[in-house]
Amino acid sequence: MKPPPFDYHAPRDLGEALRTLAEVRGKVLAGGQSLIPMLNMRLAAPDHLVDINRVAGLDGLERSGDGVLVGATVRHADAERAEVHPLLTRALKLVAHPVIRNRGTVVGSLVHADPAAELPAVLAVLDGRVRLARWDGGVRVREVRARDFFTGPMESAVEPGELAVSAFFPALPPGGGSAFHEVARRHGDYALAGVCAVVTVDGGLVATARAACVGVGPVPVVVDVGEACAGRPPEDADWAGAAALVRDAAEPEDDIHASAAYRRHLVGVLAERALRDAAREGAARGA
Amino acid sequence: MEHEITLIVNGAARRVRVPARRLLSDCLRHDLGLTGTHVGCEHGVCGCCTVLLEGRPVRSCLTFAVTVDGAEITTVEGLAPADGRLSPVQRAFAECHGLQCGFCTPGFLCTVTALLAENPAPTEEEVLEGISGNLCRCTGYQNIVKAVHRAAELLAEEE
Repeated sequence: MKPPPFDYHAPRDLGEALRTLAEVRGKVLAGGQSLIPMLNMRLAAPDHLVDINRVAGLDGLERSGDGVLVGATVRHADAERAEVHPLLTRALKLVAHPVIRNRGTVVGSLVHADPAAELPAVLAVLDGRVRLARWDGGVRVREVRARDFFTGPMESAVEPGELAVSAFFPALPPGGGSAFHEVARRHGDYALAGVCAVVTVDGGLVATARAACVGVGPVPVVVDVGEACAGRPPEDADWAGAAALVRDAAEPEDDIHASAAYRRHLVGVLAERALRDAAREGAARGA
Repeated sequence: MEHEITLIVNGAARRVRVPARRLLSDCLRHDLGLTGTHVGCEHGVCGCCTVLLEGRPVRSCLTFAVTVDGAEITTVEGLAPADGRLSPVQRAFAECHGLQCGFCTPGFLCTVTALLAENPAPTEEEVLEGISGNLCRCTGYQNIVKAVHRAAELLAEEE
């Protein structure tokens, strides 16, 4: 239960961090709350670790009218306390335990791309994006949208030599409401299943509705259920029908914690709750 | 390759040479001789190794010592005031029988100290969430929950 040996790099600025990553192709260490358990259990044994905790300029948490830009070393706990985005705040309260959130980072959770984790689903349902940087004679940056970012279980679009420098979570529009519901056996455990939803209400009628599921597919399962409920007042829309679409899109698997059938059932129940709550909040915010 | 780092542990600067892979938990126990910090699962589940990093509870088994070079760390040895009395949280755990074998206790004491510093009068629900990341195999938790509420009372009395 001790990590294997590695060469340690502690760059002080972004250029140095990217040059180091280009040269040694090491693993990035930010909060370490997923990486260090994997090292301790010898599930990973990288030759080089590039610790970005001292890199200047990666700890920014910027809120604008368009949304929230979260830097690579922003801790879960700091993003949660700042209350910069209602859905992000809700989701962060569900991430592991408070003590883990004091070290773990938002961007780290995205790059780790655990299909049972909350934050990838939030980025996906909001259609957010991740900014990746690499060294190529200078800092080269590209942005990847959530739909292209999560490529498989624990796999993201980050390529060797690249560093995820920030993530952007788009703001909810006027009349936009959100909700996140999940079922976990114990507080802080990975959920058996979870659903987050964003619903916009315009002129008293549902305009758009999207949901994303966690724990029931290789990547966050995003379902646009607008067709099932748009054009109706929030209290009168067919949320059960919309939830059935979400349930049918899920690809749950059996494991020791729950059967696939039970997980699918949970997705249906949680989706209806999340969609109704998001619609109620959207109606209140739009009024 | 070893790295020379300085940790401010319980108020005292400690200089130490460690390999990069040295976990903060092992650095505290083996290099600095502070064996009050216990090590249980070593993958972040049990909470025994919880210490305060710049006042916030963190898992010392999920932190490399080199990463926190220069930081202030408080371990269970640093919770009591220098005059030898127990801290209010420690007294409450003793009074309410919030421990039996005591293995998990250092982690609980650090977690609860930080919890009450941030939220001096937590609700039952907030206490349950606050200690949800610490496992205890003896007490059944009821007396630990009582101890947290009692500690909140003792802290309020002291002010």
